[in-house]
Amino acid sequence: MSLDPFRIGFLPLVDAALPILAKELGLAEEQGIDLELVRDMSWATVRDRLIYGGTDAAHLVAPLAIASTLGLDRPATPMTVPFVLGLNGNAVTLAPPLAEAIGAQNGLLDSVTLGQRLAALIALRAREGAKLRFGVVHRYSSHNYMLQYWLRGSGVDVARDVEIVTIAPPFAAEALAMREIDGICVGEPWNSVAVERGVGVIINVTSHIWLRGVEKVLAMQTARAEAEGDIVHRLIRALHKAGEVFIDPARHSSNAAILARADYLDGSADLIERAIADRITLAAGQEPVHIPDFMFQHREAANFPWISQAAWLYAQMVRAGHVVKSDEGYAAAQRVFRPDIYRAAFVGTQVPLPGASAKLEGGISETTGVGTVQGRLLLGPDRFFDGRAFDPDQLDAYLAQD
Amino acid sequence: MRIAVIDDSAARAAVIEEGLREAGLTDLHIFLERHGLAAKLEACSPDVVLLNLENPSRDMLEETFALSRALARPIAMFVDQSDENAIAEAVDAGISAYVVDGLRKERIKPVLDLAVRRFQAFNRLQTELAEARSQLAERKIVDEAKLILMKKRGITEPEAYKLLRTHAMQSNRRIADIAQAIVTAENLLGGAL
Repeated sequence: MSLDPFRIGFLPLVDAALPILAKELGLAEEQGIDLELVRDMSWATVRDRLIYGGTDAAHLVAPLAIASTLGLDRPATPMTVPFVLGLNGNAVTLAPPLAEAIGAQNGLLDSVTLGQRLAALIALRAREGAKLRFGVVHRYSSHNYMLQYWLRGSGVDVARDVEIVTIAPPFAAEALAMREIDGICVGEPWNSVAVERGVGVIINVTSHIWLRGVEKVLAMQTARAEAEGDIVHRLIRALHKAGEVFIDPARHSSNAAILARADYLDGSADLIERAIADRITLAAGQEPVHIPDFMFQHREAANFPWISQAAWLYAQMVRAGHVVKSDEGYAAAQRVFRPDIYRAAFVGTQVPLPGASAKLEGGISETTGVGTVQGRLLLGPDRFFDGRAFDPDQLDAYLAQD
Repeated sequence: MRIAVIDDSAARAAVIEEGLREAGLTDLHIFLERHGLAAKLEACSPDVVLLNLENPSRDMLEETFALSRALARPIAMFVDQSDENAIAEAVDAGISAYVVDGLRKERIKPVLDLAVRRFQAFNRLQTELAEARSQLAERKIVDEAKLILMKKRGITEPEAYKLLRTHAMQSNRRIADIAQAIVTAENLLGGAL
């Protein structure tokens, strides 16, 4: 049987794991796909290859798929997200003296207390005319929106008192060391690299800002996704299988070793395994801390593209001033996430399929059973650190709270 | 027209620079270092920015451009979609460009075309260099294998080569692969070489 060639672009991050494992463990091949992975060093290039035909799909920061659809910085190119590659998995790392200044050098504090302390420091530095500067990995990244969500929710005037700049993930440690930035919100293993070099202390993780918050997605041009429906179905079945392998504790080390290869993350398997195993070393010389669900790639229908998650991202893009709110824009952003394709790919399998396509984000405080069209499904807590919830049908009321 | 060339390869930047100069574009500024790039670029205030597609600073630069308060605000060449083939060709060659909003397309096109041709020429050069290197390495391995055969079987060099070639043809493999197998086996079996 001849295989269908398929190219996926990615950045060297632990959450590129599912496509990498799907290829390396022969899961894509089992589905009749000859998967080729194209590594890049910037999201801009991952996106350009996706728009101009260099790749068939991409491992992408979720908001960038929405930004591409809305035509921000590039001609509008409708994107389709049939599968979420992972939830959470990023951290906020601060230069050690600053971590110490807010008493965050000895283990994670709760996001409310920590946010208040950080907000006080930010206000002080702004008054002194020496604004704190944070790095994020892209203007339209979940990192940017999660960091802003936390800071704003902690009382920071984000537009006035703090500077947020873009730093490519592989340069996070270097930028901290050179004092180009005071802190960064980035994915693994790049926080751990900064910790190992002694130039950063991990003070928070994004799962403590929004538990089960959407992170990377599989994005495709909508035109391609529609023309190649069958390949898309087979591909996301392979990726789902890869998720099963990813979370198997017996395979953590070998998965880390695969990701560490020169063609992929080209880094230390030990550092990569920290994120995979949810065991994070927060500061140089300290013992690793178990952070349950630090990254979340498989259970509880983690890969299901909830339309309400796209809606939440759109709301944050409005809050950040990146888009002007419009009904058309909101509808277009929500159309990017395609639970219908996900369902079609798994119908008749053992994979549980939620009956609803949207939910009240942040509305689950205890593990809850939800209605399905197939299988049984329990969803764990998905709380925001500030206890707010997001109802996709009430965008205006949500934005009016600011 | 002021052109900034940003590249993490000094060799490629030199190839681009030469091409642009030959075409009479002399207001050129080359940036190889990541540090302080945004500030330097702002001071330089170019009409066109040429940047290798694999440059890790692209996201940072696009953010800077998006925030730029200056009137002359560079936007990705990709925004002007009138010539999709040309864009695909540029992406394929590994180049991205940012052009100050409002600069006339007729003036930009020759610069981009030239940059694409130079990138392609550089890529070809790299490929040729890599091929030459691997040919050299292959010749070395074939020589080693010949020496082993000559010693072990007491034959002449042409005979050793003929043996390699015949075996390669019979097994439908490359001579270099057969040679590599011989050298590896010899090393594993503790030969003198």
